[in-house]
Amino acid sequence: MERRDFLKLSALSGTALLLSDYFPQKTLAAPGEPDMKELTGVALNAARSKGAQYADIRIARYRNQSINTREDRVLNVSDSESYGFGVRVLVDGTWGFASSNAVDKEEIAKITATAVAVARANKKLQKQPVQLAPVPAYTDEWETPMKKNPFDVPAKDKVEFLLALNREALKVKGATFCNSSMFFAAEHKFFASTDGSFIEQEILREFPVASVTAVDKTTGKFESRRTYGAPLSKGYEYIDEYPWMDEIRQAAEEAVAKHSAKSVEPGKRDLILHPTHLWLTIHESVGHPTELDRVLGYEANFAGTSFLTLDKWKKLKYGSDIVNFVADKTHPEGLATCGYDDDGVKTKEWYLVKDGLFVDYQTIRDQAHILGKRESDGCCYADHWSSIPFQRMPNVSLQPGKKKLSLNDLIADTDDAILIKGDSSFSIDHQRYNFQFSGQTFWEVKKGKITGMLRDVAYQATTVDFWNSCDAICSKEEFWLGGAMNDGKGQPGQSNGVSHGSCPARFRQVNVLNTARKI
Amino acid sequence: MILNEKRSKEILDKILSLSKADAVSAGVSGQEGGNIRFARNEVTTSGTKNNVSVSVTTAFGKRVGSSSTNQLDDESLKKAVRKAEEIATISPENPEYMPPLPPQQYQIVPGWDDATAQVSAQYRAAAAETSIKVCEEQKVIGAGYVEHSAGSSAFANSMGLFAYNHGTEVEYSMTARTEDGTGSGWVARDYNAVKNLSVDEVAAIAAQRGKTSANARSVEPGKYTVILDPSCVADLVRSLIFSLSARSADEGRSWVAEKGGGNKVGQKVFPESITIYTDPTNLEVPGSPWGEDGLPRKRTTLIDKGTLKNLFYSRYWASKHGKDPLSFPSNFIMEGGQATMEEMIASTERGILLSSLWYIRSLDPQTLLLTGLTRDGTFFIEKGRIAYPIKNFRWNESPVAVLKNVEMMGTSVRIPARESSFPALIPALKAREFTFSSLSDAV
Repeated sequence: MERRDFLKLSALSGTALLLSDYFPQKTLAAPGEPDMKELTGVALNAARSKGAQYADIRIARYRNQSINTREDRVLNVSDSESYGFGVRVLVDGTWGFASSNAVDKEEIAKITATAVAVARANKKLQKQPVQLAPVPAYTDEWETPMKKNPFDVPAKDKVEFLLALNREALKVKGATFCNSSMFFAAEHKFFASTDGSFIEQEILREFPVASVTAVDKTTGKFESRRTYGAPLSKGYEYIDEYPWMDEIRQAAEEAVAKHSAKSVEPGKRDLILHPTHLWLTIHESVGHPTELDRVLGYEANFAGTSFLTLDKWKKLKYGSDIVNFVADKTHPEGLATCGYDDDGVKTKEWYLVKDGLFVDYQTIRDQAHILGKRESDGCCYADHWSSIPFQRMPNVSLQPGKKKLSLNDLIADTDDAILIKGDSSFSIDHQRYNFQFSGQTFWEVKKGKITGMLRDVAYQATTVDFWNSCDAICSKEEFWLGGAMNDGKGQPGQSNGVSHGSCPARFRQVNVLNTARKI
Repeated sequence: MILNEKRSKEILDKILSLSKADAVSAGVSGQEGGNIRFARNEVTTSGTKNNVSVSVTTAFGKRVGSSSTNQLDDESLKKAVRKAEEIATISPENPEYMPPLPPQQYQIVPGWDDATAQVSAQYRAAAAETSIKVCEEQKVIGAGYVEHSAGSSAFANSMGLFAYNHGTEVEYSMTARTEDGTGSGWVARDYNAVKNLSVDEVAAIAAQRGKTSANARSVEPGKYTVILDPSCVADLVRSLIFSLSARSADEGRSWVAEKGGGNKVGQKVFPESITIYTDPTNLEVPGSPWGEDGLPRKRTTLIDKGTLKNLFYSRYWASKHGKDPLSFPSNFIMEGGQATMEEMIASTERGILLSSLWYIRSLDPQTLLLTGLTRDGTFFIEKGRIAYPIKNFRWNESPVAVLKNVEMMGTSVRIPARESSFPALIPALKAREFTFSSLSDAV
């Protein structure tokens, strides 16, 4: 569609708004590429002309690459791309959304009309009109800082790296199998809204991981140990700079050692949780309960609600006095880190728990007013151009302890405990009270020293009891960022990348189970 | 975009003609659909989706590369083919590579329904409205979801194989919570034809469960006889089915591995009453008629009267061991019994009735031990009657143990698992010694 067709469209719909009404800045489009301002303008004008009081459009391209190997062989190398757009409209206080993979002006106009029709069809079911917190108009660009773009690195180099990992693992006597993989995900999107924003972002996430299995055919038992390295939002320098070879060797040795580890004695035990493990406990027991959409009941049919009801806001002692949780979408290398959310809100950081007190939730534009706030926390995200943006978890991290304390100091200060490293089995109830976690490795601590390896360990606790039992947190030198690429929520299901940092921390008298069973 | 057979073949032929690789295979699929979500007895989000996907795999000798795109123009298809070729040429040889299959015969799968392909925004709104009306009448707070989709899928390769399938689906689920927050009920249904979905009936069941689960009492965790709703059984048996990999077993890393090597095929692993099979042509739960590389799927028995009959073999693993390949299934059917839910309850002196399971994760693959919680309707049974609602539990249990301990089964029905959308016909069942490890305060 040419520009004159756009004007015709606008005239036909009765409101001939000019593109410049929305985009005072010069287009970012390079020669030969679609003019994104013009394309996005089609949706915004069409939406407004059909009566929408607000509209936004995301035109996005997703590029993924995955490489999987095992032992001395490559199982697959695959690249995928997906390109399309999603239009969201607010008509008479009701949301409507539609999307398509055909990114041209005609289709954008058609799909915008569909989104408006969806909103109109649902209007009678909207009791409280949607209210959006104000947001300034931004024209900006943001991209994940990186030294080396992984998509510029030949697949051959990546394959060689993974096969070298496998070889290193299998040098360890008793290591039987090694699987390794790399996954890269790039998200390049243009966001434009009738509030006047036009934002271009390129976000990169990656996850290198390997797992070693040791099979003992004489006993019929098998044990595995996965690498601790986390998915991060950074460039290929992660592969170059992280000590992967040391990691895989240690993983292989520990997979073998698990066979002769002592089975844990169940009961109330003190725990020292390493950040390679603790990130997931933070995710489940702090990240999810503080999502305001869960608290309000919007996730009641799927992910669940939250024990953290509004009456507990600024009143509940969530943890001990040394427990502080900060939410952010700005942490370097954080998987949820970006410049702007999918509401067009500039990202920031804020406290969820301060000095043990629960002080805040996570919000998006249409929730802020519920808390009497005039500003969204910038937690809106859609995992694909075809997905509806909604409230997703930011990075949530446990702040380091204020007194200098290393992991070695903490172990030396502990009489009897289990040190857990790495994440494994995880499960929590739908209101985030009762959880159970296991790990990759378990170490017995006696009289200030690690005395040996344990196996068959899982612990169960209730969120608030658990965080109130925290009596030591190591200092910032021990800080480490873990995370997940695929936090699921919503219907239809969407996936979110999110990171959680912490230092090693100690928890008193937690219920430890022995998971060994006979079938 | 739904692609008919002719259009799908045109696209795939074009892709195949674009590559100079020794072997090429390609798939194209299209999807259209819409959804609506409601919560707090009002609509929250709603939208439509329209997409296609093209995947290409090329091989030069045993060097293999894959790529995919969602654009159908010539330039995008060419780019996808070049990308797959580029990856293949710089990849090392894959010793597990299997050449393309010659043309195959596929069974007809009855998964398409015109009316479902034409579901509108008005239908979605009406379904949400009906649900909300039920909730308001019953004085509960409803949250739910309706999704409908129509899709096409085709696969071809340079040996002349071509396969095409299309299908439709509608999915509905609703949670009804009491206004005081002490009760919650959930029900889900999925069908290939929208005419089978009766929103008001399903919503009424959820509302009833929500109300009857209110003001739950605490019961000590421990081992109990349980009666599992089909949704719970679907979740547990799905985990079991996906553990039936021949390679994992032969490599000694599976519960069906034998000490010293080999696997348990041919062994009696469950009681006589347990029979599980897959059949993509099943009228009630049709599945995709092909698996790996276009390999036809057909009715296959996995557990026959308690005996492990088959494991899943990739083409590579099958060729290495002189077996027929068997792809992971696209549906499963567990044969049921004759018992009604009332009879199972009446026969139980002391037990627990579970409506759904939640947050199920593997705890120990050696024993297929899983952990999870109960959710949305847990009831204590005493002296053959539902005595009162009880608080939710965390459970740690293996589906292997559950099937070994089955005492009674109902008739098999199509009820979705809570934690997956894998189509299944599944019975409610009664089993002894189910392990609950702690209480949860969650409602």
